[in-house]
Amino acid sequence: MTEATPGLRARPLSPHMQVWRWHLTMLTSILHRATGVALYGGALILAGWAIALASGPANYLFFMTLLGSPLGRVVMFGLTLSIFYHLANGIRHLVWDAGAGLDIKTANLTGAAVIAFSVAATVVVWVIAFMMGAL
Amino acid sequence: MALSPGSFRTPRAQVRGLGAAKHGAGHWVSERLGAIALVPLVLWAVYSALRLASIDYASTVRWIHNPLNAVLVVLLLAVGFMHMCSGLRVVIEDYFPNPLGRSALLAINVFVCALGGALAIFSILRVALVGI
Repeated sequence: MTEATPGLRARPLSPHMQVWRWHLTMLTSILHRATGVALYGGALILAGWAIALASGPANYLFFMTLLGSPLGRVVMFGLTLSIFYHLANGIRHLVWDAGAGLDIKTANLTGAAVIAFSVAATVVVWVIAFMMGAL
Repeated sequence: MALSPGSFRTPRAQVRGLGAAKHGAGHWVSERLGAIALVPLVLWAVYSALRLASIDYASTVRWIHNPLNAVLVVLLLAVGFMHMCSGLRVVIEDYFPNPLGRSALLAINVFVCALGGALAIFSILRVALVGI
């Protein structure tokens, strides 16, 4: 960084990303932002669905075929995981905003719970979709 | 030295009378209200998506004709697009220090959210009210 001005003590710099040991609360924070950005794309897909629906059966069928393609399914699976993660971790953030659960032990516990919930809920939804014949 | 004890503002800021526009708390609260509203809306959306994935076009149109479904989809779109607009705004502000590039991205973000949201809501209303 910048040279220390003569007469001033060298100030500590904040540690760079790479020197941090990965910990759970750091992972959940990064994932919240990453899933939020992914859901931005998901919301645009939802808008595309609404527009396709309004533009007639042929366009709607084309759109749904696109979603049902192998790539479409991978995207939809990722979005399912993202929506459940962002939902659960968003609730965790709302609890923090109320001033509760901010100590390290609770934050680690709720972080693990959020990850477990989002994986479990995603699996359940896709199993139900499979059983309903949606896949 | 502090002009008003317990204030977080510096004496200089208090003398100059500048500083926060007094809109911060309202902005913060509206973001949280949107997030709270999205909890039931998103759970309903996942449930609905499961149903809609296995039905054909005509049944989907009939589903939108149900006023409750139409209103809830419009609410999901309106609140969701506002939420994602303010969310991506923070992301852009964090990663793009260049003023010109940042302003351009912030503007694009607002335009994409407004256009996408308006097109989607109009489409739902058209199917619900006019029918296809």
